[in-house]
Amino acid sequence: MSLNIIVLAKQVPDTRNVGKDAMKEDGTINRAALPAIFNPEDLNALEQALRIKDKNPGSTVTLLTMGLPRASEIIREAIYRGADGGIVLTDRVLGGADTLATSYSLAQAVKKFGNYDIILGGRQAIDGDTAQVGPQIAEKLGLPQVTYAEEVVDVADGHVTVKRRLEHGVETVKAPLPCVVTVNGSAADCRPRNAHRLMKYKYAVSTSEKAKLAPEAQAFVDARPYLNIQEWSAAYVDADPEQIGLAGSPTKVKAIENVVFTAKESLCLENNDEQIENLVKELIANHTIG
Amino acid sequence: MADKNNLIVYCEYDEGKVADVSLELLTKGRVLADRLGIKLEAVVIGDDLKDIEKQVFPYGVDRLYKVEDARLFPYTSNPHAAVLINLFKEIKPQICLMGATCIGRDLGPRVSSCLHSGLTADCTSLEIGDHKDPKTGKEYTDLLYQIRPAFGGNIVATIVNPDCRPQMATVREGVMKKEIYNPDHKGEVVNLDVNKYVSDTDFVVEIIDRHIEKSKVNIKGAPIIVAGGYGVGSKENFQLLFDLANTLGGEVGASRAAVDAGFIEHERQIGQTGVTVRPKLYIACGISGQIQHIAGMQESSIIISINNDPAAPINSIADYVITGNMEDIVPKLIKYYKKNSK
Repeated sequence: MSLNIIVLAKQVPDTRNVGKDAMKEDGTINRAALPAIFNPEDLNALEQALRIKDKNPGSTVTLLTMGLPRASEIIREAIYRGADGGIVLTDRVLGGADTLATSYSLAQAVKKFGNYDIILGGRQAIDGDTAQVGPQIAEKLGLPQVTYAEEVVDVADGHVTVKRRLEHGVETVKAPLPCVVTVNGSAADCRPRNAHRLMKYKYAVSTSEKAKLAPEAQAFVDARPYLNIQEWSAAYVDADPEQIGLAGSPTKVKAIENVVFTAKESLCLENNDEQIENLVKELIANHTIG
Repeated sequence: MADKNNLIVYCEYDEGKVADVSLELLTKGRVLADRLGIKLEAVVIGDDLKDIEKQVFPYGVDRLYKVEDARLFPYTSNPHAAVLINLFKEIKPQICLMGATCIGRDLGPRVSSCLHSGLTADCTSLEIGDHKDPKTGKEYTDLLYQIRPAFGGNIVATIVNPDCRPQMATVREGVMKKEIYNPDHKGEVVNLDVNKYVSDTDFVVEIIDRHIEKSKVNIKGAPIIVAGGYGVGSKENFQLLFDLANTLGGEVGASRAAVDAGFIEHERQIGQTGVTVRPKLYIACGISGQIQHIAGMQESSIIISINNDPAAPINSIADYVITGNMEDIVPKLIKYYKKNSK
């Protein structure tokens, strides 16, 4: 059985290794100091999608991302690893969206895409850590959802069987297709880039990237449909202006503060036996230990 | 005009017990409800709910909605979402709180999407306050300030939902304190008929297998925590931390960097994306002190930092700083504890 698989992915600033230069003097984020990466759990989702494709020849894996035009970078990355193609939903009017407006916009893009059997995505993105977009897209599309997936065990007879990793154990569930599955970081790592695919697709460009190329390079891309990454606008996916961007976001950011912890007066000890023994004695004497 | 609608907490329930995170939220919910002059309500959805009211009333619940049906346990998304969506359309709560658990983080977004209410995940603080829209100048009184870390914990954002209700927020276990409000407090029980809220077609996802084990690791309740960071360097070196923890009668915790490096399992992660802890002694070994880690342990009574780097950020919140290699220092702590304790 061949399946049309959509993978939802996001290009995110790498918030895991934030150095001192990541925050500006005024307490705002210096985005330039943070590399933009493929959201890690979306890579786990991509791997599950590629495994479904491996088991079901003839299936297609399409990446869908919403973001800046440069998010085409993660689509190329996904294609190198085995995805068939991708769509960047990008439009100034989509900016400033909270999770609800984001879900609405992506759900509109999914509807535009049409014929799909299963939607996979990472559990959450590392810049927001909310885990809300997956379930909200499921709700907007009227689909069942399976969150915290660790492994898509099987797709058969119009159902998907998924092993979920919960706080205190595992659960295996069976859901009818189409449905939305969000994948945990504990799932299998994504396969690396494939050298042949890298050679074949390294000139893949989005519509706006193509526009910046020299005429002969544009002709080269035009002659090869597989090198074209689609770019969709809000209007193209029939998004209601009231439900997207800042206007479509019920939550508003009231304030942002840099995190400052009140420093204590610390007692600095040398790494020598006497001082360490005294510390231990003190902790025993005041009943902290022992 | 002040909103007099109530505050409701979605309570998780398993094996005859209301989850700790739900009781923590009831404790917080009671404080917020008193501040707003409104009622604290709770909803429990499941099977075999018995006299669950006895568990929640002492936390100050004024009204408990019970929805009982064999098909509602174990939790699946659509039926629980259907109950909340339909119930909220009727009773129009102004605030809804749920645990930032695998259940709450699955359920909250679905409910919020359907009701077009705003939802803020993983709040670390909830307060009531006023808001003026910077663009329209419209003023709002007594909104829920949903305060949460963002951007990997490097900033703290205050989020408000000015126009949509309910204002929804999830909070992780251990972030709020659990406290009995009044052991004799009594509320009202409202039994809801499942068939009025859930349709048969909501039961689409079938659970075919379930292995829930009680977690072996209990860092949340440990009085002493020996935590390791990326600076511990290896899985093998973590054994030293286990030796110290065993000697002192504590547990081993870790920073996200140590977990990401594969030195130790995720269950032991402390910080905003792990567990929040408040032990009486916290020994941080080779932890530099990223904000997201500090936020999860700063309320420890005594903090000892052992680090090669005298300028490690964690040192600024530590009571004792020992500069040096943890491989040297940890065995010395073990040795002198054994020598000096009875």
